[in-house]
Amino acid sequence: MSVDKETVKKIASLSRIAVTEAEADALVPELNNILGWVEQLGEVDCSKVEPMTAVIPNKLRLRDDEVTDGNVRDKVLANAPVAEHGFFGVPKVIE
Amino acid sequence: MAEIFELGIAGIRTGVASGDFTAKEVAETFIDRVSAAKSLNAVLVETPDHALAAAEATDKAKAAGETLGKMAGVPIGMKDLFCTEGVATTAASLILDGFTPQYESTVSANLFKAGAGMLGKLNMDQFAMGSSNETSAFGNVISPWRRNDGGNTDLAPGGSSGGSAAVVSGRICPAATGTDTGGSIRQPAAFVGITGFKPTYGRCSRWGTIAFASSLDQAGPMAHDVRDCAIMLEAMAGFDPKDSTSLDLPVPEWEAGLKSDLTGKRIGIPKEYRVDNMPPEIDALWQKGIEWLQDAGAKIVDVSLPHTKYALPAYYIIAPAEASSNLARYDGVRYGMRDLPDGAGLQDMYAATRESGFGPEVKRRIMIGTYVLSAGYYDAYYTQAQKVRTLISQDFDKAWESCDLLLTPTAPSAAFGLGEKADDPLAMYLNDVFTVPSSLAGLPAISVPAGLDGQGLPLGLQIIGKALDEQSVFNAGLAMEERAGFVAKPEQWW
Repeated sequence: MSVDKETVKKIASLSRIAVTEAEADALVPELNNILGWVEQLGEVDCSKVEPMTAVIPNKLRLRDDEVTDGNVRDKVLANAPVAEHGFFGVPKVIE
Repeated sequence: MAEIFELGIAGIRTGVASGDFTAKEVAETFIDRVSAAKSLNAVLVETPDHALAAAEATDKAKAAGETLGKMAGVPIGMKDLFCTEGVATTAASLILDGFTPQYESTVSANLFKAGAGMLGKLNMDQFAMGSSNETSAFGNVISPWRRNDGGNTDLAPGGSSGGSAAVVSGRICPAATGTDTGGSIRQPAAFVGITGFKPTYGRCSRWGTIAFASSLDQAGPMAHDVRDCAIMLEAMAGFDPKDSTSLDLPVPEWEAGLKSDLTGKRIGIPKEYRVDNMPPEIDALWQKGIEWLQDAGAKIVDVSLPHTKYALPAYYIIAPAEASSNLARYDGVRYGMRDLPDGAGLQDMYAATRESGFGPEVKRRIMIGTYVLSAGYYDAYYTQAQKVRTLISQDFDKAWESCDLLLTPTAPSAAFGLGEKADDPLAMYLNDVFTVPSSLAGLPAISVPAGLDGQGLPLGLQIIGKALDEQSVFNAGLAMEERAGFVAKPEQWW
C-alpha cells in the first residue's frame, strides 16, 4: 500500500496538522519510504497469534469510588493560552 | 582524593556522610560546571536554587543526626520529559512553549524525596522522538566526545536522552534521569561511555512524564557506573496508584544485592543480532564481553530470537500509533502555545497550532500513526504489528528456557557526526536495532561502556534480562564493568 498526495492531505487533516501543497508533495515519498519498509511485517504468519495487549501481565486495578483530587481550577487553567471567567477560551464556534 | 566533580552518586554519598565535604559544596561545584558548559547546549533550564535548597536540607539533616536518603546530597540533571512543579517543561518542543507544570512527576518527586536536588532540565529529542538529539526545537546537544583525528567535528550524544548523556559523560552532572521507549537511555549511554539502565516496564511510574508511546515508555537512570544506576533506580522506582500500568511490587534493594560472581548464570548470545555491516570492532567487543562473562563464572549458550528483524518495523507502527493518540492533547487550548490566524475558527486553530508547534519528525510520526490507525488500515498495520510484538515477546520467553540473560552490542555503530544521518529517517531508526526488541517485550536492560573504537569513541555492550530480574542484569553489568576497566573520559574543550 502506498499513499498519494490526496491521502497525505487526508491524514494531515485527520491529524489536525496544517500542510502546504509543497509540504504535502514532500511528505508523499517520505511516508511511502517508511510505509514500504514496515510492510515487511505482512510476511509474518500471525494467523494463530493474539495481538499483544500488555507486556507484563498486570491486572488493571479497581479502587474505591472516592474523590481523591479536585478543587484545583486555577491550577488547571494556569497554563491556558487564554482563560476567562474560570474557563478555557477558544475562538467562537457557534455563529 | 578525586575532585568533587569527578564523583558519581556513591562517591558523593560517602563524602557527604563522612563529612569530607558538604552537600552545599557539591551543589555549588556542579552548578558551576553546568553554567560553564553552555556550548554543549545540553541544559534547557538551569535550576541552581533547587539544587542548593536540596543540599541545604541534606546538610541540616546530617547535622541533626538524621538518616540520610539514598540520593542525599546528589544534584542531578532532569530530562525535560519529566514535569517539574514550577519549572518550565517543554519536551524540547515549541508546542509546550510557556508550559510550567503545576505538579511534580512521580519519578522526580521520588528522587527529591530521596534527597536529590535538581541542577537543570535537560535537552532531548523533541517528545523523545529521535536517536541523535537533532529533533530538539532548541538546537542540537553536542557530545563532549570528539574523534581522535585532531578535528573538531561535533558529534551526536545519541538520543533521545542526549542532554542526559552529555552532562553525565562531561561530568557536568553526577547523574541524570532518562527515558527509554525504544533505546533512548541505552543508545546515548553507549555513545558517550556511561551506564544507562532501562527497568522492566511498570517499575517506574509514568505519571507526570510527558507521554510518547505509553506501552513502551520507561524512565531509568543514566550514571557513571552500575552501582550508581542501582542506587538511583531504587530511588526512582515504586508503585504508584496514579499510573494504571505501575507494578504493585516492592522495590528490591539492588545495590545491596550487587555481586559480580556469575557462577551458575547462563548467558545467551542471540545469533540474529549479528547484523550485516556491523563494524568489526563492535563484533570484536561483543566477543570480549563473552570472555568477560565467562571469566565471571557464567556459561555461554547460543540462542535464537527468530523475529528480531521484525522488531524495528513493528516498533515504527506501534510507537507512532500511540504517539498520534497521546499527542492529540496538544490543541492550543489547555497548555502550551496557540497559533490563531486572523479570523480562524477552532479547527483552523488546532491545525495551525500543531503545524507551527511540532517539529518535522514529530509530525511525521503523528501522521504515520494516524494512517496506521485509520479505518481500513488498522488491521493490516496496527493489529499485525501487535501480533508480531507477541511473537517477539515469545521469542524471549523461549530463550529464557536455555539462558538467564542475553548479551548483545547496544548500538550498531559508535557516535556519528551531527547532520550525518539527519536526512534519512530510516537510517536513523536503524540505530535502535538492538534496543527495540527488549523494549517491545518490556524487559530490563543495561548498557555498559566496554571499550573505544579506532576513532577513540566509546562503544557499549547490552545485557537484557527477564522481566523483574533487574538484579541479574545489574550483576552481569557489574561483572563486565570490572573486567572492561573503562576509564576513558572526554577531554574538556567546552
